[in-house]
Amino acid sequence: MHLEEFAEGESFFHRLDPRVKLLTLGPYTAVIAVAHDPVVPLAALVLSSVMAVVAGLDRKKLLNRLAAVNIFVLMLWLFIPFGYPGEELFFAAGPLTVTKEGIVYVLTITMKTNAIVVATIAMLGTSEIFSLAHAFVHLKAPGKLVHLFFFFYRYISVLHEEYSRLRRAMKMRSFRPRTNMHTYKSYAWLVGMLLVSSYERSRRIYNAMLCRGFSGRFPVIDHFSLRKHDIIFGVLMSTVTITFVIILTLS
Amino acid sequence: MGQLINIRNLSFGYSNGRKLFNGLDFSLEKGERVGLVGPNGAGKTTLFYLIMGLLRPESGEIRVFGRPRENERDFSEVRQRVGLLFQDSEDQLFCPTVEEDIAFGPLNLGLSHSEARAVVRETCKRLGLNGLEKRVIHRLSGGEKRLVALATVVAMNPECYLLDEPTAGLDSRTTERFLRYLREYADTYIIITHNHEVLKNAADRIYELREGRIEPFSL
Repeated sequence: MHLEEFAEGESFFHRLDPRVKLLTLGPYTAVIAVAHDPVVPLAALVLSSVMAVVAGLDRKKLLNRLAAVNIFVLMLWLFIPFGYPGEELFFAAGPLTVTKEGIVYVLTITMKTNAIVVATIAMLGTSEIFSLAHAFVHLKAPGKLVHLFFFFYRYISVLHEEYSRLRRAMKMRSFRPRTNMHTYKSYAWLVGMLLVSSYERSRRIYNAMLCRGFSGRFPVIDHFSLRKHDIIFGVLMSTVTITFVIILTLS
Repeated sequence: MGQLINIRNLSFGYSNGRKLFNGLDFSLEKGERVGLVGPNGAGKTTLFYLIMGLLRPESGEIRVFGRPRENERDFSEVRQRVGLLFQDSEDQLFCPTVEEDIAFGPLNLGLSHSEARAVVRETCKRLGLNGLEKRVIHRLSGGEKRLVALATVVAMNPECYLLDEPTAGLDSRTTERFLRYLREYADTYIIITHNHEVLKNAADRIYELREGRIEPFSL
């Protein structure tokens, strides 16, 4: 299981301080999300695509992820253009008419979604999850949330391995999922086993932490330092975000 | 100095009613290298947990470093001076990178960042783990994980080691690396193992834990 497929690389975004990324990404996506006309989302989509190119993201993997998101967007295309109040473009069927406003509205949503997802992958995907957790610590995020985030990442692959092991053990004994009680029961046992074993594992890990002097606080060994390109990027992103806000308030 | 660990008349049972120990006596002196064998489920790991204060006995006395240990505060000192190597390295290694994991203990002991880094460097050198410092733990091999787990214990500079099946599942080369470390740097430890080769190499005295009692054992 590979969770950090975009994190390996040497691009500008890979070298950027994760604190700057977190601080600038939030407002940027918020402005895109609240935009009500198509101008800002279009500009954002262009900018996010530029980021993806600069970050050197693998095109195939990126499109794969976007496909998953756009399945939901597709649902909107199936419903919103019909019957949205506005200027009639063409007649569809019965009382259903496609309106210009409807099309623009869905198009805006599509651009917003893709702009936000691409920007998030280009900015956060290019940092290792642990440096993001570090950045959260430095940004004074609540300790418990950071621990949760970080243990989730550290142990999800262990859990996944445990799951695969149980699945293999089931297959070895000719288990084939069908729509019957036996299948449901077996899956329930699988999930139950995973719960029990992860609970026990968590206790053992806690013991291991106690043995090494854990007292509720995670020490951090690496510290970030802001460099010139971090500041330049921060200023650039802030300018873009503020420009978007101005466009939105003027229109 | 003399006795490091001294257990008198220890009783312990799990909440499901299974009685493991009933009046167990055991002691470990400074400089002793002890092998501990016994059937599965005899309570070898439980004995380690009791010494470290991860479990509490029903009755009896546990003295470590010459003082009786009863509450969390007593045991937190024990945990700084006794190093427990867990059976499953996956439990012991919880930080993302090798360096973070080795530094976790020293940082908890109050070392500064540069001191902790120096400890990491020195520990990796001793165990031949140079070059692994920045590696992500979950992508290490089983043998590497075991050595890194040992490194996290070594980094606390313990006066005594409790090793719970440290060589189970290791190939002969990694086992040899492990034993070499013990020979060169560890003078007091209890090692749980089923491997006779390891016992011959690493233990001066061997005990067997069976039906709640500890008795001398010979290969």
